[in-house]
Amino acid sequence: MAELHFSVQDRGLQYVGAARIDGPLVVVERVRDVGFDEVVEILDPEGRPRVGRVLDVSEEQAVIQVLEGTTGLSNESLRARFLGESFRLPVSRQMLGRVFDGLGRPADGGPPPLSADLRDVNGRPINPNARRYPREFIQTGLSAIDGMNALVRGQKLPMFSGNGLPHDRVSAQIVRQACLLEEQTEFSIVFAAMGVKHEVADFFIRNFEDSGALARTMMFLCLADAPSVERLLTPRVALTAAEHLAFDCGQHVLVLLTDMTNYCESLREVGTARGEIPGRKGYPGYLYSDLASIYERAGRIEGSSGSITQVAILTMPADDISHPVPDLTGYITEGQIVLDRELFQRGIYPPIAGLPSLSRLMKDGVGKGFTRDDHPALASQLFAGYAYVKKVRALADVIGEEELNALDKRYLQFGEAFERRFLNQGEYENRSIETTLELGWDVLSMLPRDELHRVSDALVEQHYRTPVAPAADAQTK
Amino acid sequence: MNASPKAAGPTVVRISGPIVTAAGMRSAAMYEVVHVGAAGLVGEVVRIVGDRATIQVYEDTTMLKPGAPVRCTGAPLSVWLGPGLIGNIYDGIQRPLPGIQKRSGAWIQRGEKVDPLDLTKRWTFAPVMRCGDTVRAGQVFGEVQETELVRHRVLIPSQVAGKVKSVAAPGDYTLRDTLAVIETPGGDREITMLQRWPVRESRPIRERWRVSLPLITGQRVIDTFFPMGKGGAGAIPGGFGTGKTITQHQLAKWSDAEIIVFIGCGERGNEMTSVLREFPELKDPRSGRPLMERTILIANTSNMPVAAREVSIYTGITLAEYYRDQGLNVAVFADSTSRWAEALRELAARLEEMPAEEGFPATLATRLAQFYERGGAVTTLAGQPASVTIVGAVSPPGGDFSEPVTQHTRRFIRCFWALDTELANARHYPAIHWLQSYSEYAENVAAWWEKQAPDWSELRTEALTLLQREERLQQVVRLVGPDVLPDSQRLILFIAEILKDGFLAQSAFHEKDTFCAPERQVALLRLILTLYRRGRDLVEAGVPLGRVRELPCVPAVLHAKETFGNDELPLLAELDQRLRDELDALAKQSAREGRQDG
Repeated sequence: MAELHFSVQDRGLQYVGAARIDGPLVVVERVRDVGFDEVVEILDPEGRPRVGRVLDVSEEQAVIQVLEGTTGLSNESLRARFLGESFRLPVSRQMLGRVFDGLGRPADGGPPPLSADLRDVNGRPINPNARRYPREFIQTGLSAIDGMNALVRGQKLPMFSGNGLPHDRVSAQIVRQACLLEEQTEFSIVFAAMGVKHEVADFFIRNFEDSGALARTMMFLCLADAPSVERLLTPRVALTAAEHLAFDCGQHVLVLLTDMTNYCESLREVGTARGEIPGRKGYPGYLYSDLASIYERAGRIEGSSGSITQVAILTMPADDISHPVPDLTGYITEGQIVLDRELFQRGIYPPIAGLPSLSRLMKDGVGKGFTRDDHPALASQLFAGYAYVKKVRALADVIGEEELNALDKRYLQFGEAFERRFLNQGEYENRSIETTLELGWDVLSMLPRDELHRVSDALVEQHYRTPVAPAADAQTK
Repeated sequence: MNASPKAAGPTVVRISGPIVTAAGMRSAAMYEVVHVGAAGLVGEVVRIVGDRATIQVYEDTTMLKPGAPVRCTGAPLSVWLGPGLIGNIYDGIQRPLPGIQKRSGAWIQRGEKVDPLDLTKRWTFAPVMRCGDTVRAGQVFGEVQETELVRHRVLIPSQVAGKVKSVAAPGDYTLRDTLAVIETPGGDREITMLQRWPVRESRPIRERWRVSLPLITGQRVIDTFFPMGKGGAGAIPGGFGTGKTITQHQLAKWSDAEIIVFIGCGERGNEMTSVLREFPELKDPRSGRPLMERTILIANTSNMPVAAREVSIYTGITLAEYYRDQGLNVAVFADSTSRWAEALRELAARLEEMPAEEGFPATLATRLAQFYERGGAVTTLAGQPASVTIVGAVSPPGGDFSEPVTQHTRRFIRCFWALDTELANARHYPAIHWLQSYSEYAENVAAWWEKQAPDWSELRTEALTLLQREERLQQVVRLVGPDVLPDSQRLILFIAEILKDGFLAQSAFHEKDTFCAPERQVALLRLILTLYRRGRDLVEAGVPLGRVRELPCVPAVLHAKETFGNDELPLLAELDQRLRDELDALAKQSAREGRQDG
C-alpha cells in the first residue's frame, strides 16, 4: 500500500545490505544523492516494504530511522530504496469519516484518498506576523473549563492526566459538546492516537459514532502494538491533514492527540539508539523544539477563515507535573487542564484540579462582548477563594475542623460546594455558559460579602445572593 | 580530498539536522556567513578542522544532499542599522516577517531573502555637522525623525575619523544615498544612513557608569520593592503558568525607556501575535503615542529553526546598542533565555561537544555573562549618557531554581524577580514573590525616589519587614490557627493581607491599574502603612483589632489601587484624610469607653 503514498518515480537506485542495524536505526553505506529527511523504503527478506527516513547523511553513509520497526531485517538481505523526497501526505476533504494508520495509510479497508495534493508532513512554521490572535470563546459545557479555564478557537490546551484518570471521558465530552456561542458551526475532528490501547481507540470511535460526529472525523491510529517509532510521524501526519481542512477548506478543526507521553518515549528511544547526549530523564535535549514543532501547528492565520484547536492528552508518569513531558508541554501550550487524583477518588467528575489548571488565552476570549462582563472577575474570585480553601484544609488537618474560626469554616463549606456543585457535573450534562456563571455566583455567595476582594462592588451588588443559600447548606452538613 | 566532483569549490559532505559539514572550506573564517545548497540557506561557520567547516544552518535542511554547493560571503553575521528598524518585526537573523509574509504567505518558506530595511524609502535627513568639521567614530552626524517618538541620529561609523569634506543638504534621501564624504588618513569615506555591525561583537562606548536612575515600570512590586535601574540587568525566573510572559509584556509596555527591544526567543507564536496586535493600539503613558513607535520586535518562535533562535539574542542586543549609541535609554526584554540556552545545548549536542551540567555546554556561563554584560549605563562615544537595560525571562524545568540556567544567570544579574507557582495558582499577579526576590539597585535608585518622596526608603523597609514578619507568623498559624495569636500579631496578618491584595497584586488588564505612576505607588503604600501605624497604636492601647478591621474606610483602602487612577491623586489624598479621621474617631471613642469602664 505504501507505494500509493510515495508515488514518485522509482529512481532505480536500490542499495543492498546494511552496515549496521541498531534498534530502530539502519545504517546504509556508500550512498549517493541522498537528502536529509528523505523517505526510504526498506524491503525485508520477504520483499515487504517498510517506511523509513534519513536522520543523518554524509558521503559515506546514511542513518535511517525505520518507522515500522527493524524486526526481521538482516544486514545482508536488506534492500533500501531512497524515494527522492521528504515524507509527504496526500490531503483531501474526502479523508473525513475515514480511519488511517499512523503513517496516513487507509486502515478501514477503503481505498486511499484520491488527491494529487501532497504535503510535507513536517509543515512549515507559521509566520508570527500572519497569525490571527485567537479570541472566540468555545463553550465546552463543562463548568470547570468554561468558567475558569476557558478554551478559545485556535488555542492549544493540553490535558495533563495520570494513569487511571478519566481523561478519555473528559476529552470525549469536550469533543461532543464543543461549540461556539454565536454560530452553530460544527467542528471537524482530527483524532490521532499514539501508542494507546485498542480499547481506548474503540472508546473514542464509539463516542464519535454515538454523537453522530463520525462523518466529520478523521482518525489516525498508531496503537500500542504498532512499531513505536511510527508514532513519531503520527501527530505530524494528523496535523498536516488538519491544516488542509482548516486553512485550505476553511473549516474549524479540533485536533485530539493522545497520548503525547508515548510519543516522547519513542523520541527517547530513537535518541538513545543514535547515541545522543541525553537531557533530563534520558529525553533528548531537543525535546522542547520537537514538541513545539507539533504544538505550534495550532491557531488561525490571516487569509483563511478556518482554525486549528488542539487538545493533547498526556499522562504524567507518577502524576509528576515536573516530569519533562508535562513540563516542556506546559511551556509551549497556552495553558493546561490538570486532572486530579484526589478529586477523582472523591467521585468528582470531571476531576479538573482547580488551581494548577490554566488557560492563558482566556483573558482575551471572555468577558464583555464575549461571554458576560462578570466572567473574568468571577473566575478570579473563585480561584482566590479556592486557594484559601486549600490553606484552611491544611490547617484543619493539623488542628481539627472544630478549632477553626467561623470564617474559615465558611470557607470550608464554600470549598465543598465549589467541588460538589460547580466542578462536579454529569458526563452528558452540557451546561450553558450562563448556567456556569450563575452556579459560580451561587457558591461564591456562601462567602461573606466583604471577602470578595477581586470583584467590584457593582458586580457584587448585581450578583451576590442573599445569604439564604449558605445557611441552608450549613444545616444540611 | 573527499570533495564531491560535481561542483568546484566548497561542497556539503554531511547533514545532521541544522548542523552541516562542508569540505573545501580552508579559507573560511569563524562565524562567517555562508549560503548552503541551491536554495541558499543561510548558515554560520562554527568550527573549522583542516579544510572542513561545520556550519550551523538557520533554516530547515530537509532534502539537502551531500555534494550541494556552499557559497562563502566573507563576512560575519551582521545586522543592518539605520532608520526603519523601529516598529518592525524580525526573525532571529533580521529578516522582516511582514516582508516574508508578502513574499511567501502565512507560512515561512526556506531560503527567503528580504532586506531588513526598505532601501527605496526616503527619509528626511537634517545634517548637524558642517564642511570642515573634524569628526570621529560614534559622533552624531545628522538626524532623521524615524517615528513621532524617535529622533534617529545618524552616527559616524566605527573606525572613521577625519575631516568632513562634503555634506548633503537637508532633504529626503534613501538609505544608500551618500550623505557626506569624510577625508580620513586612509582615503575618503562615504557616509550613508545604512550601516552594518556583526552581531556577536559589542559596540564600543567611552565609559561605563554606576546605575543611578530607576527604570520606572509602573509595576508596584517592581518599582517600589525590587526596583530596576536604567542600565541594570535582571531576570524573571518562573515555572510555566507563573506569568513570565505577561510580566515581560507589562515591562515592555510601560517602562520609561525610549526604545524597547523585545526578543521572543523560542516562545509561543500567539504571544508574539498578541504583542503585534496590542502594541500599535496601546498608548505610551508619557507621550500618548502608540507604543509600537518605540518598539522593535524579534520573533523566533519555538517552531522556527533552532540555530536562528541562538542568534536572535545577539541580533536584539546589537540593535539595542545601536540606539544606545545615539544617546537613548534602551530596554531589552528576552523571553526566554532558557530557550536560548536550550538552543545552545541542542547545537552543542549536534556538534558532539562534551556536555557539562544537564547536557548544557561548558560555555553556558560565559555566554550568559557576555550577554548580560552588553547592558549597562554608559557614556557614548559622542559623550552622551545612555543605557541598555536587560531583563531576561528564565524558564527553569519544573520551576526548580537550582537548575544551571537560573543559577548561572543569578551570577550576572543584580535584580531577581522570582515568580512563585503558589501565588500564580491563587491568581495573585504579578506572582513576584516578595521574600525570594531581591534588587541590588534599591540603594542606587533611592536618591531618585527620595526626591519624589522623602520617606520612600522608610516606607519600603517597613512594608518589607511587615511581609517578613507575616511569613514567620504564618508558620505558627499553619500549626495552631490564627485565633491564638494576640491582636498585635493578627494586625500584622491583616495589614499584610491588604499589602498583598491592595498593593502588590496588580492587574495587567485593569484600565486604571495596569500602569501605576511613581507618585501613586508612594501614596498607596503610605495609605496602607498609615492604617498599620495608627492601628498598631490603637491595638497597643487596648482597642480590639476587630474594630480597626471594621472601619468603614478599610474596603476603600483595599480597592484604592483600582478606584483612583494616576491622575486622581487628590481623591486618594481625600481617602487618606478620611482614614485618619476615622482612626482619630476610633481612638477618641475607645478612650471614652476606657474612662467609662474605669
